[in-house]
Amino acid sequence: MAQHQVNYASSAGLPIALTSVDKLVNWGRSNSLWPLTYGLACCAIEMMASGASRYDFDRMGTIFRASPRQADVMILAGTLSKKHSEFARRLYDQMTEPKWVISMGSCANTGGMFNTYATVQGVDRIIPVDIYLPGCAPRPETLQYAMMMLQKKIRRESADMKKNTKQDLTTQTGKRARLI
Amino acid sequence: MRKYVPKDNVQGKAYYTDRFHVVPSVPREKVEAGSHFEEVLTALGADAKENYIEIGQLVVHINPEDNFKVMKTLKETCGYTQCSEQSAVDYLAKDNAFELFWQLLNVTVAKRVRVVCRLANGAAIESVQPLFRSANFAEREMFDMFGIKVNNHPYLKRILMPDDWEGHPLLKTYPLHGDEFASWYEVDKIFGKEYRDIIGPENRDPAKVDVKDTKRFSRVGYEVPFGAEYSEEEQDIEYSETVLVNYNKKESKQLDERR
Repeated sequence: MAQHQVNYASSAGLPIALTSVDKLVNWGRSNSLWPLTYGLACCAIEMMASGASRYDFDRMGTIFRASPRQADVMILAGTLSKKHSEFARRLYDQMTEPKWVISMGSCANTGGMFNTYATVQGVDRIIPVDIYLPGCAPRPETLQYAMMMLQKKIRRESADMKKNTKQDLTTQTGKRARLI
Repeated sequence: MRKYVPKDNVQGKAYYTDRFHVVPSVPREKVEAGSHFEEVLTALGADAKENYIEIGQLVVHINPEDNFKVMKTLKETCGYTQCSEQSAVDYLAKDNAFELFWQLLNVTVAKRVRVVCRLANGAAIESVQPLFRSANFAEREMFDMFGIKVNNHPYLKRILMPDDWEGHPLLKTYPLHGDEFASWYEVDKIFGKEYRDIIGPENRDPAKVDVKDTKRFSRVGYEVPFGAEYSEEEQDIEYSETVLVNYNKKESKQLDERR
């Protein structure tokens, strides 16, 4: 049986721990980030490797879910073609709040080497992105690091998602883009 | 004066071309008497126009209206049972026509034949799908990429691009970065046209740097917090002592011995 050591000096002699609601909620959220099983291109192979036993996402509480309704992180792993952009956005819309997005790899970040008519030039044109992960393709360690950065970000923000600012990039036209 | 840009070919060009460059060409040989390809030409009869052998392959030029007949003879009489590739080449700028080709394979004698024809712009071609199943997707792709219509095709619709796409991307008149429709496709489809101003145009410059954009860029020596106003005020550069590690401090044993 595990023995829970209580520091009676700091908690006024009571076996309790004091915290804020924000910290408690974010503790839960950040330690059970469930990404959507959703691969677009070769980055998805690295994503699969991150989930498999060698790199083992499960130890971080990150378990891939097969339904957007059960997922709260979307990892856009690979080239997003214009034909597919509609469906990627639909999957994002089907996810329940709170939700976060990791843009994985050069193609998802900026279109990468696919500077052509058929590729979305950065997924942030259609989906608000929290973490941009560079690399072509990023190693599984890098994806784990991105996931840890996302955990850090979640722990920093408010439990009330309305107070958190989503991606808010000032565009070339000077207007403020706000994709929700 | 504005730089002249040809309208009929907007494809990117090499910025330097050798004045004395000679385009390499493949030698064309005549069909030898008594060879397998001569039997093929006899079976085709008058349908075969210009013909020659390139790298061990027979190339036969035909009239576009004969394509089904020629393909049927090649399949049923000459044993060319596989159509490995079928597509077109854009020669609209040169002579307002497409060059269509069918690459056929005979597995029993291990020979290949390329059937070539010139199809005028706007004309339709007969489908060879009843003979070769692979022609189904190949003809759909040709329709998608060039806009060439195929008569009697079972299901002629776009195969690579979305159904509501405008334009045919493999034409020489189609720019690599896409036209107006292509560049706003995902924005128009998902958010609607009124979101064009908010989301902004695509950034096609991979080396774009905006010093004033403090959300994406940070100028060394002039750092400001994320998203703050850009300032010209110089900031002290702090060097980390932990990063600059002297790895040569300890001398290895091997080096001592050498000395």
